[in-house]
Amino acid sequence: MKKISFILNGEKRNAYVEPNDLLVDVLREKLGMHSIKYACGRGDCGACTILLNGKGVRSCIILAIEADGQEILTVEGLSKDKLTSLQESFIDHGSFQCGFCASGMIMSATELLDKNPNPTEEEVKEGLSGNLCRCTGYTPIIDAVLDAKKRDVDKK
Amino acid sequence: MEEFKFIGKSVKRLDEKEKVTGAAKYVDDIEFGPNLLYAEIIESPHPHALIKSIDTSEAEKIEGVVKVVTGKDFPYKFGLYMKDRYIFAQDKVRFIGEQVAAVIARDPRTAQKAAKLVKVEYELLQPVFDPIEALKEDAVIIHPDLGNYPHVPWFFPKGGTNITHRLKLRKGNTEKGFKDADFILEDTYRVPRYAHCCLETHIAVGLLDYSGRLTIWASTQSPYTQRNLFADALAPLGFSHKDIRVIAPYVGGGFGGKAGVTMEIIAAALATTVKGHPVKVMWRRDQEFYNTYMRQQVVTKIKVGVKKDGIITAFEMANYWDAGPYAEYGANVVNASGLSATGPYRIQNVTIDSYCIYTNLPAAGPYRGFGYSEMSFSVESHMTRIANAIGIDQVEFRRKNGIKEGDTVAYGAPMNPNGLLEAIDKVADEINWGEKEESKDPNKAIGKGLSIFWKAPAMPPNVTTSAFIKFNEDGSLNILVSGMELGQGYLTVMAQVATEILTVPIEKIRVELPDTDRNPYHWQTVASHVTWASGNAVKRAALEMRDKIFEVVHAAYHYDKDSLYLEDEKVKCKLHSSFELPLKDFVINGIQTKDGTYRGGAIVGSGSFMPEFTSAKQDPETSQGGHPNVHYTVGAGAVKIEVDKQTGKIRILKAVEAVDAGKAINPRNVEHQIIGGLLQGLATVLCEDMRFDENGKILNPNFTDYKIPTFLDIPDEVVPIIVEVPQPDGPFGARGIAEHTMIPAAPIIANAVEDAVGVRVKAMPITAEKIAMAIADEKKEVDDFLMIMKK
Repeated sequence: MKKISFILNGEKRNAYVEPNDLLVDVLREKLGMHSIKYACGRGDCGACTILLNGKGVRSCIILAIEADGQEILTVEGLSKDKLTSLQESFIDHGSFQCGFCASGMIMSATELLDKNPNPTEEEVKEGLSGNLCRCTGYTPIIDAVLDAKKRDVDKK
Repeated sequence: MEEFKFIGKSVKRLDEKEKVTGAAKYVDDIEFGPNLLYAEIIESPHPHALIKSIDTSEAEKIEGVVKVVTGKDFPYKFGLYMKDRYIFAQDKVRFIGEQVAAVIARDPRTAQKAAKLVKVEYELLQPVFDPIEALKEDAVIIHPDLGNYPHVPWFFPKGGTNITHRLKLRKGNTEKGFKDADFILEDTYRVPRYAHCCLETHIAVGLLDYSGRLTIWASTQSPYTQRNLFADALAPLGFSHKDIRVIAPYVGGGFGGKAGVTMEIIAAALATTVKGHPVKVMWRRDQEFYNTYMRQQVVTKIKVGVKKDGIITAFEMANYWDAGPYAEYGANVVNASGLSATGPYRIQNVTIDSYCIYTNLPAAGPYRGFGYSEMSFSVESHMTRIANAIGIDQVEFRRKNGIKEGDTVAYGAPMNPNGLLEAIDKVADEINWGEKEESKDPNKAIGKGLSIFWKAPAMPPNVTTSAFIKFNEDGSLNILVSGMELGQGYLTVMAQVATEILTVPIEKIRVELPDTDRNPYHWQTVASHVTWASGNAVKRAALEMRDKIFEVVHAAYHYDKDSLYLEDEKVKCKLHSSFELPLKDFVINGIQTKDGTYRGGAIVGSGSFMPEFTSAKQDPETSQGGHPNVHYTVGAGAVKIEVDKQTGKIRILKAVEAVDAGKAINPRNVEHQIIGGLLQGLATVLCEDMRFDENGKILNPNFTDYKIPTFLDIPDEVVPIIVEVPQPDGPFGARGIAEHTMIPAAPIIANAVEDAVGVRVKAMPITAEKIAMAIADEKKEVDDFLMIMKK
């Protein structure tokens, strides 16, 4: 077991991990971050997406020790005070059905809007194409992301 | 038209905030404490073999292993409509991946390590993978005891064969119908297996506590059905229904794959061996493909005769379904889709034979559409070819033969009110039907395809559902039902139904997820019947509460009950306009009268619903005489595609689908079902391509090799259309629409491909490769079926 430390949703956290522990398991089981979903185990579906130093990564194919000293953001971190414009937009558009892809999708969309605050529809599709959803046909998610972009512009 | 305040409004989903904040709990998000144990399954590496011996001694020596369980520990059969399955394989394995034994350990890694040490000795048997091969006289028999298996009365298994059910339907005189025909087309179509691909894999946690209480937390569409089957299978251990509790938190996708009982029974059984310890069984992605249900493969032989004017005179069809080695649920797919296999056409002379056949591929069963998508591919491909062959426009052909209210369906029952013709017209209009369009790129061709569809809920005739509603002190409501929120918006729609009667704002309503200890009975969330059935139960519960409210007000104020009504969370009186009493003032603590005493008390409502006109008592030789279906939901779909003639690649320029919701209680939810369901259907014809090796082992049980659509694979435009011809016995006229939305997808693509490049593909999927090869080889028809790879 090795002790690792990182900033998780703005707080300093520690965990004791084995060298082969996956980040998704440590975040879910040792740190209670259940928004992150485990669905494919090989980086195919994006349900376990978190932001590592602001960059979207698949926590099911990253070892926990790699997160030592890094900064992690999950949906729990977005939801602490009030919801982000993106989360509100997803609610208003009824974007998610079963909801299992939602957390990963929100993190990928958060990264997308951080890097490109004014994406086109094509850029939204491209940016989220690593996140699978079996329910929605994707259109309600695209609509919400494009609308969230507008809301942020209106706020400024 | 009746004015509604909450019905027909696209109110926000009740579950969305939980889902976008990560607060929504799925089974694996629940903490089970330090006593939690993990199970790892030992699976059969052979498609068909006798188990000669199982040696668990080495596995048991590993530190951290609590127990190793084999079939000997649970010699009990189970199954929804037929008992043909075991919790663990007994003397025989029948597909690659079948559960043979389980290791229960304190952590997953120890369980995995120990599972590798369980030694199973097999004697190989000949497997059979093709349903037609399995029918041959010298075929290996997968269930020699089939003749003794208990089953529902509407199944007709044939002992000594691999036929687990044969649906036989005869209407009119097909022979004469073909004699009367001016044109007859006969052909064979093939649809392979598909996987549901819920993002959340199957998971169940079982706990037998020290008092003897068995609780199962499961990702399920069917908490009550699971409790019933657990109680039945485990009855030898002394359980009654009251001792078993199934808790169903949010489900990460169902699509039929989490209906009935599959792996959940392993968790229930294992829990009984380690009292006081919860045991988690969670499928990995590959297990999710091969050891839950798949959609069944089917070979369809179809022959249809028409007059010159396009009127259909005869319809003959034989369906050979590959159910895998366990057909306890799949046989009902065969039954239900067989009864309705004509599609929504008015046909006087019909012969249908549907065979449910055991094979040694993984077990198959319910999948969104319940066999109708597969029937739709062959029938709607075939009808298009016939219309084109006799020179009648496809839309005109479908308008002419499309079923209307009061027409007799193939098994003799009358057709319900429906908006089929309206759906056809709206879809044709939206796609500019009849207008031939040319691509700007000379290497590409544009084509249009259209098809119609119907589907009835497939359920036992006496299927039932119930609801409780209770007020809280502030006049807010909790609704207790046991239908499942699969993502379709069930919770929201139940709230809308309740409050159309009770006038409480949606924000003040919670609808609770199922827990069989607390929420009242509901059969299963399948068959797209919950809006209709559970909606009726909730409406009845709400009406009961309204009656009680008026009763209390009458008791306290002596106003005539008939003069009272509810508005904006208040009781008002038609005769005394100044009277208004907020619900929150009395729905828990009653109304104080002049003498200081109180009237009323906590107001609760209950409602239940069961159709009382259905019957499965049809003649087994003709399927006539019963009333197996409650009603049909109809619709139409169309697509405009662009095909690259060199690569065969298809781009969907526009997709349109109209569905008759009766009354769309939440129109946006209906539109979202259309958009999502249509893409799931389009995926079966365009992307998903399941492959097995020559030994029946699935080769692509993951999302790298089994491609489900991404954001980049969606149509350029999707237009959802809602048609509303009310269902007389539906809540506010509503009927279900969720499964239906994927049914037209495959034939609209097949029809559009032929329209674009003149190639008729008769075996799904319709890959770019098939189209490009056919164009290169100048072939007009493609039969290539590649599901099982030959050596």
